[in-house]
Amino acid sequence: MSTVTDAPGAARKFHRVCEILDHHQRQPSRLIPILQAVQEEYRYLPEEVLTFVATALGLSPARVFGVATFYAHFALKPKGKHIVRLCDGTACHVKQSIPILEAIRRRLGLEGTATTTADMLFTVETVSCLGACGLAPVVVIDDKVHGQMTPETAVALVEKIIADEEGRQA
Amino acid sequence: MTTRSLTVDGREAPINGERNLLEVIRKANIDLPTFCYHSELSVYGACRLCLVQVEGRGIVASCSTPPEPGMVVYTQTEEVREIRRIAVELLLANHESSCPTCSKSATCQLQNLARRLGVEKVRFKPTHRPQPLDRTTPSLVRDPNKCILCGDCVRMCHEVQGVGAIDFAYRGAAVSVQPAFGKDLNKVECVYCGQCAAVCPTGALTPRSDIADVWKALDDKDTVVVAQIAPAVRVALGEMFGLAPGEVTTGQMVAAMKGMGFDQVYDTSFAADMTVVEEATEFLRRVGSGGKMPQFTSCCPAWVKFAEQYFPDLLGHLSSCRSPQQMLGSVAKETLPLRLNVERRNLCVVSIMPCTAKKFEATRPEFVHDGIRDVDFVLTTQELGRMIEESGLRFRDLPPESLDLPMGFKSGAGVIFGNSGGVTEAVLRYACEKVSGTKLTAPDFHAVRGHKGLREATVTVGDRTLRLAIVHGLKNARLVAEQVRAGRCEYDLVEVMACPGGCIGGAGQPVSGNIDARRLRTQGLYEADKALQLHTSQDNHLVAECYAKHLGEIGGEKAHRLLHTHYHGRRRIDGDGLRVTGDATGAKLRVSVCVGTSCYVRGSQTLLHRLVQEIERRGLREQVDVRATFCFERCDRGPTVTVGDTVIERCTVEAAIEAMERKLAQPTG
Repeated sequence: MSTVTDAPGAARKFHRVCEILDHHQRQPSRLIPILQAVQEEYRYLPEEVLTFVATALGLSPARVFGVATFYAHFALKPKGKHIVRLCDGTACHVKQSIPILEAIRRRLGLEGTATTTADMLFTVETVSCLGACGLAPVVVIDDKVHGQMTPETAVALVEKIIADEEGRQA
Repeated sequence: MTTRSLTVDGREAPINGERNLLEVIRKANIDLPTFCYHSELSVYGACRLCLVQVEGRGIVASCSTPPEPGMVVYTQTEEVREIRRIAVELLLANHESSCPTCSKSATCQLQNLARRLGVEKVRFKPTHRPQPLDRTTPSLVRDPNKCILCGDCVRMCHEVQGVGAIDFAYRGAAVSVQPAFGKDLNKVECVYCGQCAAVCPTGALTPRSDIADVWKALDDKDTVVVAQIAPAVRVALGEMFGLAPGEVTTGQMVAAMKGMGFDQVYDTSFAADMTVVEEATEFLRRVGSGGKMPQFTSCCPAWVKFAEQYFPDLLGHLSSCRSPQQMLGSVAKETLPLRLNVERRNLCVVSIMPCTAKKFEATRPEFVHDGIRDVDFVLTTQELGRMIEESGLRFRDLPPESLDLPMGFKSGAGVIFGNSGGVTEAVLRYACEKVSGTKLTAPDFHAVRGHKGLREATVTVGDRTLRLAIVHGLKNARLVAEQVRAGRCEYDLVEVMACPGGCIGGAGQPVSGNIDARRLRTQGLYEADKALQLHTSQDNHLVAECYAKHLGEIGGEKAHRLLHTHYHGRRRIDGDGLRVTGDATGAKLRVSVCVGTSCYVRGSQTLLHRLVQEIERRGLREQVDVRATFCFERCDRGPTVTVGDTVIERCTVEAAIEAMERKLAQPTG
């Protein structure tokens, strides 16, 4: 069962969902923009929020779930604080993107099919093309594009974030 | 060649308003294979088996191509045959082929088409990972490993039943049909009508079998097993033994069941006669006293669950009568221990039903007393057929036997309960005589008969004109219920059956290859009515005797206890609610505000908003865990708020705050 961990902001978020629904006149045909806006708010789509959205739009939860799982953009599990997107499109792939992915995952201790670290600090994903093939291989961390990566330079970027986070805590 | 025709495999085929090429081709007696095409559902065009070659256009899917005059169509070119074979071969590659032990084996379309199309080898390796079966509901079993993604179930649930309990999820190779959030079927809004299983071409959705339990009861020497047979079963069971749809096989059925060890075999139509007198009495009372109108029928358990989920505010419109199955169960458990000299706990009532939702109905807590169900087991028509097959009884050759008295005796009114329009007609036969005080000369009400999903009729009873609606398919029921909710409904009586054509089209009926099966079964029931001496429930003297001996007055206190029930709002989907404020670990008190549809229209969202503001103002944020949740099942009295373990109906901010402060003031421990 997913719950909203950011408790003090939870009320604000819930009212924001209501505002989003009202902004779209609770029209079922506006489902995708509604889900996009809701995900902006929660950083993912919690089950209860999807059920609420379905109820408000007069759609069945199964249909809303179907739409939310169809698009890679929508996340049904909480994502980490920092999102690392590694391009594995054709150009990046031939320029050795996979060793970069493996190095990052190894550094973060991600095993099996896990994409988010246990401390919720990082989510590592691959994307099919970022349209920056001239810079291949490309890694995007928190919406900042880093080109011509190697396993070493990519891991260094991750290390820097970890160091910053630890410094912030200390 | 006329302008309104086309050519199929060199022969002329007329176009007469067919919606697509496939219909034209099938009318030309060519049975093009399909998985995803059903004339009652929208066109999906996914299975690619109905491909044909059209001159000048290449290969197209005939289901989604409009017929045009002058088209030249080939259905059997080498290329088309090869594509069809590969499509089936690819489906088989990922299909769990446990065919000999699959309950769908004899009627599986995938198996049948693999044979028809000559697929002799599967050259591809499976790529799917085994998924667990969903056996959580009393009615249906979902086996995702056998799904071929034709989407028939999804469209049936959404388009005909208006429920949408299952849908496609994920994408590409990961795509699968499942309930919302991958939950089990018993945790979502499924009404158990089973129409998904009725259209499923494979064994991915099947009625759940209770055969093993019934054999066990039959084998137990201490248990007296009595059966009841629903009206719709008698016109369909024969189809499993090569007879035509609509052929009445009551006599053989009784003989077979006696042969298998059932002690008594009764007729649900007897209880249907009881339902008629109770429901018509209730109806006339409502008419007379200005009660909630229209009255909705309550025989269909899928409709009852649907109404509980989506129209909790209208539950007062549902007849309080139990369904005939439950009436018979309750009367059996009340009267048979004495009659058959058996202890109540050793009496087992088995229903034979055309329906999967009846399995769920029998488990409802309202129908369980001291841990004993009124109806112990429910078998579908299919299951009974399989038990007869297992017994080795030659069904068609069995000398007919008669049903047992008293509960095997019925009027024709109780028999036509099995088809859409039948309940209405049976109630009219009763009400007309009651109101006018004279015997009906012609018992047939042709105005209420028919096959359309939403029919209207007006009938004059005494000095009053009654407006009736007869509905099958829950999406049609939703339309009528929404009119009632909006106060725009002019009807007096609304009959609702979830399945197409009524119970004769139930999901427990034999899988029929005959597209006319439903019409023929309905015709079979009307003919069975004609063949009986009595056509009105009030003439059933054994029902009258049952009232005199056991039940007292019609609509009286004891009749109410044994023959009526109550309904309650029901949440559609399980979930923990959405946290709005507070911290679950530290908060002392959980406050939940319903934001489900009914409470939402009663302003629960504004209530929630103001409540949170008030909590902030009073600095209670850390102490209270406020959640927006979906249903407390008290939708007619919303907005509903729970504070700790206290439920407040028609809640206001002030009432919620007061309850909260009171709870927080109490010492914990």
